[in-house]
Amino acid sequence: MKLIDGYPQYMLDSIKKVEDKRMENLKKSIEPLTMEERQAVLTQFHPDFMDSSKRAVKVGVDKGNESYNGIVDLLESPSILDTSEVDLTKIDFDIDLLIIGGGGAGTVAALFALENGVELDKILITTKLRHGDANSMMAQGGIQAADRPEDSPPIHYLDIYGGGHFTNKPELAKAMAMDAPGIIKWHEELGVMYDRHDNGEFQELSGGGTSRNRMHSAKDYTGMELMRNIRDRAKNLDIPVLEFCPIVELLLDDQGIVSGGVAFNIETHEYYVIKAKATIMATGGSGRLHLAGYPTTNHYGATGDGLVMAYHVGANLRDLDTIQIHPTGDIYPDPVIGILSTEKIRGLGAKPINVHGDPFVFPLEPRDVESAAFLKECDKGNGITTPTGMPGIWLDSPMIDIIHGEGTVYEKLAGEVRKFRRFGIDMAKHPILVYPTYHYQNGGVEINEKCETAVPGLFAAGEVTGGVHGKNRLMGNSLLDYNVFGRRAGIYAAEYVKTRKVGKLSLAHIDEYNKAVEEAGLKSGVKAPILLPEYRGKEALARALDIL
Amino acid sequence: MTTETNTEIARKTNDADTPEVSALNIYVMGKRYLVPAGLTIMAAIEYAGYQFVRSCGCRAGFCGACSTVYRKDDEQKLHFALACQTTVEDGMYLVQIPFVPAAKAKYMIEDLKAEENTILSLYPEIARCVSCNTCTKSCPQDIKVMMYIQNALRGDIAKAAELSFDCIQCGMCAMRCPADIKHYHVAQLARRLRGKYIDTLSKDLKKRVAEVEGGQYDKEIEELVGMSEEQLRGLYNKREIEAKKKKEGE
Repeated sequence: MKLIDGYPQYMLDSIKKVEDKRMENLKKSIEPLTMEERQAVLTQFHPDFMDSSKRAVKVGVDKGNESYNGIVDLLESPSILDTSEVDLTKIDFDIDLLIIGGGGAGTVAALFALENGVELDKILITTKLRHGDANSMMAQGGIQAADRPEDSPPIHYLDIYGGGHFTNKPELAKAMAMDAPGIIKWHEELGVMYDRHDNGEFQELSGGGTSRNRMHSAKDYTGMELMRNIRDRAKNLDIPVLEFCPIVELLLDDQGIVSGGVAFNIETHEYYVIKAKATIMATGGSGRLHLAGYPTTNHYGATGDGLVMAYHVGANLRDLDTIQIHPTGDIYPDPVIGILSTEKIRGLGAKPINVHGDPFVFPLEPRDVESAAFLKECDKGNGITTPTGMPGIWLDSPMIDIIHGEGTVYEKLAGEVRKFRRFGIDMAKHPILVYPTYHYQNGGVEINEKCETAVPGLFAAGEVTGGVHGKNRLMGNSLLDYNVFGRRAGIYAAEYVKTRKVGKLSLAHIDEYNKAVEEAGLKSGVKAPILLPEYRGKEALARALDIL
Repeated sequence: MTTETNTEIARKTNDADTPEVSALNIYVMGKRYLVPAGLTIMAAIEYAGYQFVRSCGCRAGFCGACSTVYRKDDEQKLHFALACQTTVEDGMYLVQIPFVPAAKAKYMIEDLKAEENTILSLYPEIARCVSCNTCTKSCPQDIKVMMYIQNALRGDIAKAAELSFDCIQCGMCAMRCPADIKHYHVAQLARRLRGKYIDTLSKDLKKRVAEVEGGQYDKEIEELVGMSEEQLRGLYNKREIEAKKKKEGE
């Protein structure tokens, strides 16, 4: 197929309509929806409001509670671990603190556990992929902290709590708001290169749902810059990390206290028994489960393993009946499908436009409402179909240079410009095509302000947890979340291990869980956790033999 | 469980007729496979039946896990790309680089000073740079790698930090360097030195941290934590929105 400026002719024909009406569209303003109208479009198009998206789980401590189908499927499955193959009398690692997950939360937890007295060789981070392969690395926009004179932690608290539709756990929202300035200070000490004014004060922007400008950023690579610094610190300290070795199940002792886990070397397929006085779950989100059938912004390993393992030992989950879909995922060209195009593009004035060249929604509705409006427009047949059959909405990025002057797109959206330039598209000249994408797991394993779960010995931090954001997370609070609660998990786990005595290790709870699944007559055909998504070609899979 | 790729999911969401997609030959470590056009190198290898364990991370161009080296059967030039950010082409001979052996210097940033020779003392091999520019040519982010190494060598830490900022630490530079420089580790040190010692720090932040530690907000936040949802809704709806206020004032 012949492409001109990165687009086939038929898409350029639609772009022509966008261009012809651009000046008119710039003047035309669409009013924000009323609360009733918002509710109507959400109810009709947002997956959180669809009965088909979720169901009540039939097994385990949350029996009867609703979660997204993709998560319930895993909870209603037997364990991937055949316990009869594991010899618990041979301990491979006898340590104080096991940290499951080498992303932001896990690495921060390790640093603070070390600082609070856990010995270096008594800490172990296990991670499924490489150290730092995590959603933490991918966050672009920024991190919130109320540090300007016009702002305060109580104002931040109110934003967090209202943004979560008043469903957050108050003590967790409080921890976020109050710890935030100290976290940024810690980043300064590490050497994070935040965007600053000449006088050293931070360039702070506003975000959806925030009442003060408190978004600290490092270009549009904020998550990467934070993770690079935090990981470099961990490497300099020689914090032990076991890469390509996901934990597949947690261990309990004879008192029912979490006492480590069974790691699986994903390359050699051998297992390791890890006995630990405290365990921190920091496995991140579940984008790669493609809940409600959405593409995702998440990294390859985001398969919700921590939810499953924690549930198997009896930890309760919460708020997994909601997910955050982001309106402006990329949908063209194919290589960037699901990847995020930052909210800043609309912030700078680009409007969403349909196939006929017409605007149809106020550009800065909350993420859930904006997404639902895009889905509705595509459902009406007003989307633009890509060469591989996918619907999308134009985001008219050339409007930005008309509003703010030539060169603004290149200057303010350098990362985005680089992404599209790889495929011959100049977003200052032509609009880009977007469609909603699954971005964040709002809920998870319930914790308290000490990061303790319902099961003794098990702590949790980061995207795997529930309660911090309630049923909706605000922009800029996920990077803050992993720092605040990673730190707290490290500190409180360090205190916990001082008095902990581990009894006889056991996997009997897995056998019991499997039995409960069987007795409930559940036949998902899956074993959980799944560890990696299955993306192999269907034709190749259909002919695969299980010989080696 | 078979989950579906982002591409497959999106393809199903519309009933519109999909134009016929042509097929391409690719060579995964020398073995030929027929794959549809329009996929990324990563998705094409998966289509062929491979499940990634290594060489696959964020799938969005941020993590540097999927560095790929390829040469097309009718070309002399060796290419460098991210498998998740590059469209597959006919005749590509592909190899994924699973790991980069490149030891980094160990340091505690608080024990260092941002001086002219700080980087050179930890990474003396940068003095061996022969300015061949191979590092720059092998960077999938189009970073001016040789330039920042030269800046580091001259002791211009701030410039080295700025030029290297978009580095995703894939390590392709270090794999190609004839002088055995570990560029991406050098860049990491430059950025940390700049962030900690060269950039002016925030006074507002310092003051706020002292206020929080001094208990200045304890009473106010405890009141909020103790409020009913109705009271909080009232306060929430009456919030002054700074961004809006500024706009109105203009």
